[in-house]
Amino acid sequence: MPFSLHFSPTPLITAPSPLSKPFFLVPYYHTLHAPKSPLCSSMEHALTHQGKQEAFDRRPEDSQTLPLGLRRDAMPSHVAVIMDGNRRWARLRDLPVRSGYEAGVESLRKIVEICCKWGIKVLSVFAFSSDNWFRPKVEVEFLMSLFERAMQEDTGIFFRENIRISVIGDLTKLPKALQELMVNLEEATKNNTRFQLIVAVSYSGHYDVVQACQRLALKAKCGLIEPSDINVSLMEQELETNCTEFPHPDLLIRTSGEFRISNFMLWQLAYTELFFAQSLWPDFGEAEFLKALLAFQQRQRRYGV
Amino acid sequence: MVTSVPNKVGNYSSTGNGVHKLFFDDITNFLRRCLFRVLSVGPIPTHLAFIMDGNRRYAKKQNLKEGEGHKAGYLALMSLLRYCYELGIKYVTIYAFSIENFKRRPDEVQSLMDLMLEKMEALLLEESIVNQYGIRVCFIGNLRLLSEPVRAAAEKVMKVTSNNSKAMLLVCVAYTASNEIVHAVEGSCKEKEKEFRLCNLNNNVMDDVKEGEKVNGMVVHDIQDFYEDTSVESQGLKQGKGCNGTPYHACESVESNWDQVLTSKASKSGEVSEGFRNLRQEDPVIKLVDIEKHMYMAVAPDPDMLVRSSGESRLSNFLLWQTSNCQLYSPAALWPEIGLSQLAWAILKFQQSHSYLEKKMKQL
Repeated sequence: MPFSLHFSPTPLITAPSPLSKPFFLVPYYHTLHAPKSPLCSSMEHALTHQGKQEAFDRRPEDSQTLPLGLRRDAMPSHVAVIMDGNRRWARLRDLPVRSGYEAGVESLRKIVEICCKWGIKVLSVFAFSSDNWFRPKVEVEFLMSLFERAMQEDTGIFFRENIRISVIGDLTKLPKALQELMVNLEEATKNNTRFQLIVAVSYSGHYDVVQACQRLALKAKCGLIEPSDINVSLMEQELETNCTEFPHPDLLIRTSGEFRISNFMLWQLAYTELFFAQSLWPDFGEAEFLKALLAFQQRQRRYGV
Repeated sequence: MVTSVPNKVGNYSSTGNGVHKLFFDDITNFLRRCLFRVLSVGPIPTHLAFIMDGNRRYAKKQNLKEGEGHKAGYLALMSLLRYCYELGIKYVTIYAFSIENFKRRPDEVQSLMDLMLEKMEALLLEESIVNQYGIRVCFIGNLRLLSEPVRAAAEKVMKVTSNNSKAMLLVCVAYTASNEIVHAVEGSCKEKEKEFRLCNLNNNVMDDVKEGEKVNGMVVHDIQDFYEDTSVESQGLKQGKGCNGTPYHACESVESNWDQVLTSKASKSGEVSEGFRNLRQEDPVIKLVDIEKHMYMAVAPDPDMLVRSSGESRLSNFLLWQTSNCQLYSPAALWPEIGLSQLAWAILKFQQSHSYLEKKMKQL
């Protein structure tokens, strides 16, 4: 890391008082109240010094050649990943579970780099499911601190590489500091255009549909819509994946040989091609990713017709 | 042509070409029963779902006329259903016709509708599978999209079999999961709207919000008054005035208007309406169960396993809500080629993942 970035002492978002937000609106509070205040001075410095201009001028997808067999015109716009197998990876090596998660973060960094190189526009990762809250407290706390650390460490890379970070899920369950960090990072990177990383934390497909339904119910209560107006398009607008131009993954990869979706992005996966990789997530590298993409490019997609 | 007719014991003897065939069929039935006994040592799924993919490719592969692939697929389905119910699988769901399939060529759609009508009527016959196994049939989907004869036949089958209780066959027709979810969301919203209208809005107060307190720079008022001030239209968005008389763009954030509606209070009394007491508490307005009870598939538990034939690995908008934690299996065989071996393999895969899941739960 050439330099480190620090957020200003006053977070960009003021946390709302506990009673000012009904529970069901809280997941969206950060988008409701994101102020238009200028970035802190160190961020300004990072952007100009490191060359937001450079990133803007650079067209990596044109200059990079793809591996043999991969066709640029058939690259998926949005790839989703269920990063499974970190704990098993650690157990197989007689390492503590936390080593598995740390190795998983490294693996994610590599895949993000590859996505940027090969012209994939959006990568969604299932970092922490709503169901994962039932894991041992020590493990959950470690994961929360790992997310915080990783996001802080990589902030410079996000700016340098023109990467937009979006976070989906019920953020109210996260530690306050992590919530603020994520919200600030989302706000600060929202105009980055080269690549978007969507991190699903405290997320599930059921949760996404329920929160969309709650928002639609509120709109109906306020007389903005009739319940009979509710259609696919209105639902799509309220789902948390409305943060991206490509809300439907073209390809879902799940590692570690499990053949299930595990409550990730149910609505959005309607016509997604599924690829189940045997390797554990920390071992999922460029070769495995290439295999998945080659398999995807051979599939004939009919979108239900 | 050999026809199979179930006898009293449930074996399928041929009224065909003599003693040899009878003997052969008895042996295969015996072997099948042995196989099922072995499989039954482990857990058997309660609910299997099938995406019947590959009928058209099968017809092409076998140089059959178009439409013959679907007929072959129907025969494969009947055999598979018999195997499932013999094995003790209580619920079987099949993806017969997607809403997206209406985009196919009109003659193909018509021939599929004709085939469905013919097979629905066959289900009502005494010797049909529904009577043999006591199956209740449910047609799942937006049945209003079907032509009148097909919809009427579906409703008749559902009515006639409604008292059967040994097993259930759910036939998804004119179905997509997104249509099902939208329907359930609409149902939940309508239900909540009715509840909301029963509440008395005029005396709503938030206990802990002080009178005259500012929320987002605006002085809070009674919800009703505030809402009348905001002039937010349901369709378009126009410039309105905030309650301080300050012009604002209603479209800046529709959510922020609701936010203020919800957090504002009556300035007069200290009463809280039941509706707003509910909104104010931790419980969300709509819960998962509220949506689930409006799903077409609420009549059955979630599938334990989803099997898609022909080797394609995608959900194609089938049971997206219900398959969140379901085991997925994609045998390469085209649907008319699906048989006992694929079913047995699916059961074994289910049993393998079932024991893995149980181990995982114990670790937690």
